[in-house]
Amino acid sequence: MELIYSICTGVLTTSGIFLALRGRTFPVVVGLTLLTYAVNLFLFSMGGLHTAASTVIGSDMPMADPLPQALVLTAIVIGFAMTAFVVILAMRARGDLGSDHVDGQRREESREAS
Amino acid sequence: MSQHLLIAPLVLPLCAAVLLLWRRGGAPIIKRSLGIGATLALVVIGIALVHMAGDGVIRYYALGDWQPPFGIVLVLDRLSAMMVLLTAVLALGAILYASAGQDEDGTNFQGLFQLQLLGINGAFLTGDLFNLFVFFEVLLIASYALLMHGGGRSRTGAGMHYVALNLAGSSLFLFALGILYGALGTLNMADMARQIGAGLDAHQRGLVHAGGLLLLSVFAHKSAMLPLHFWLPRAYAAAPAPVAALFAIMTKIGLYAILRVYSLIFADHAGPLAGLAQPWLWWCGLATLAVAGVGVLSARDLRLQTSYLILISVGTLLCAFGMGHIESITAALYYIVHTTLVTGGLFLLADMIASQRGRAGARAVRSRPLVQPGRLGALYFIGMIAVIGLPPLSGAIGKALVLSSAGEEQALWLWPILLLAGLCGIISASRAGSTIFWRAGEGDPEGPRMGWRRGLGITGLIAASPVLTVLAGPMSDYAAATAHQLSDPDHYLQAILGNPTTASEAADVSHAGGESS
Repeated sequence: MELIYSICTGVLTTSGIFLALRGRTFPVVVGLTLLTYAVNLFLFSMGGLHTAASTVIGSDMPMADPLPQALVLTAIVIGFAMTAFVVILAMRARGDLGSDHVDGQRREESREAS
Repeated sequence: MSQHLLIAPLVLPLCAAVLLLWRRGGAPIIKRSLGIGATLALVVIGIALVHMAGDGVIRYYALGDWQPPFGIVLVLDRLSAMMVLLTAVLALGAILYASAGQDEDGTNFQGLFQLQLLGINGAFLTGDLFNLFVFFEVLLIASYALLMHGGGRSRTGAGMHYVALNLAGSSLFLFALGILYGALGTLNMADMARQIGAGLDAHQRGLVHAGGLLLLSVFAHKSAMLPLHFWLPRAYAAAPAPVAALFAIMTKIGLYAILRVYSLIFADHAGPLAGLAQPWLWWCGLATLAVAGVGVLSARDLRLQTSYLILISVGTLLCAFGMGHIESITAALYYIVHTTLVTGGLFLLADMIASQRGRAGARAVRSRPLVQPGRLGALYFIGMIAVIGLPPLSGAIGKALVLSSAGEEQALWLWPILLLAGLCGIISASRAGSTIFWRAGEGDPEGPRMGWRRGLGITGLIAASPVLTVLAGPMSDYAAATAHQLSDPDHYLQAILGNPTTASEAADVSHAGGESS
């Protein structure tokens, strides 16, 4: 389980960073979103991975650490709000700057650059 | 009652923001008086907090009476009290300026401004690392909207960069928190320091080392340390003037976080991890100074010029933190107050000058004469002397304190680079100033005059420098006491966690607003 979990987090992070370094706003937004997913998974695992651990006090089974769950909830909410904001901002930038390039170049210039 | 004062800097802007957003369509006069009134009250609270923290006792406020290390705490010591007061004074100048008309360029300016203050104050007061992240997000999301207040091409372009970079920075922050929690099992700063002090095994130490450095890169991004500074000049130059003035405190939040985390969690007791950040801060600070010096020479626009002057101050402060002894921290704390207020005032002044020059704006080119060349020129002159660090104003005192705190080997690097960066500032300021004020072209002066609100905002912030010069004695005494308090993390741990043996007694004594020394 640990192996699958860490590979998933790693792949998500790698793809997120790769996409966030692209030149157009859409891949950047998708990349940042993937990065937040990877972070959420990572935070979720920081209390250690257990199977069949109890979540409510009172049973004899080993307890799951409740703090990462609370933290990841906060992180999900914040990440979701930020993603919504950056999508709107990207659309506004497309309108204002006349291009979907992150530097706001005109189409001819960005074609030459790429 | 007085123990609840600790949470007032969070509750007050929050209530004001809710009221302002609820009545978003109200008459400007009501919104403005509410906004200015709330900020004025924040200044009063800030003074009360500084007075309270002046006795050297570290107080904490346990939210919901959940005692540390399990509950979330707000911690008041000399440093956080000083930063809250500094924020309030800067915000008062900015909001006065904005209330002269710029707040109505878009929607919700006053409400967002208060939310931003909530985030900033929270970041200064919190004693919990995850809570620091949450308050960073609160102030960032308000700053995204404020940066784009009024709209326009350059703001959208700069905003896109700013938002994308900060989102990546937030992810990095969470990664660092995850690593540190995984290794230490706590996110309360005092408890983290105790865990590290209690000794770590080898693989734990590796994780904490990685987490600590990852955290440093996040704070370096917030404080615009080289090579993570590229977002700053463009974002600050594009932001509306009152927002840019408030942003003068944003880099200082990163610097505050560096000072807090690395003087508390990675202090001397941390064994092999002690002084983790110092070499990075020192060398990157020097590089920031050098690059900012070149940058200020290249600036052809007053706002861009002020942005690079902020970068110079960031470099100076990083170097002082990098030296890391009590004298240099004292110097940095004196310098941080001076530079924040004066650069904030200069952003407002640049906007006032631009509005009287028509199409030339804030660029250093010939244009029609200004409406009020005498007053604006005098303010520009005083502001630049202060921020560059020429005698007799506070910049010179701050700089002299930083320079004299350098040891022999450090002085070899610091003196030439810091003084050369100052020289670059002088060249840039005299070139821009003489073009704007003396080489005026043809045409009749026209444009808005500086009214009482704008005048009060600009003059108040720039006058901070002469005031700080006159009060240099008490101010540097306070800074020295703060530096002593920071150099003694055991005192902090004792105040928050109590003695392990008497922990239960401490919990009985200190209720909702716990006090212990």
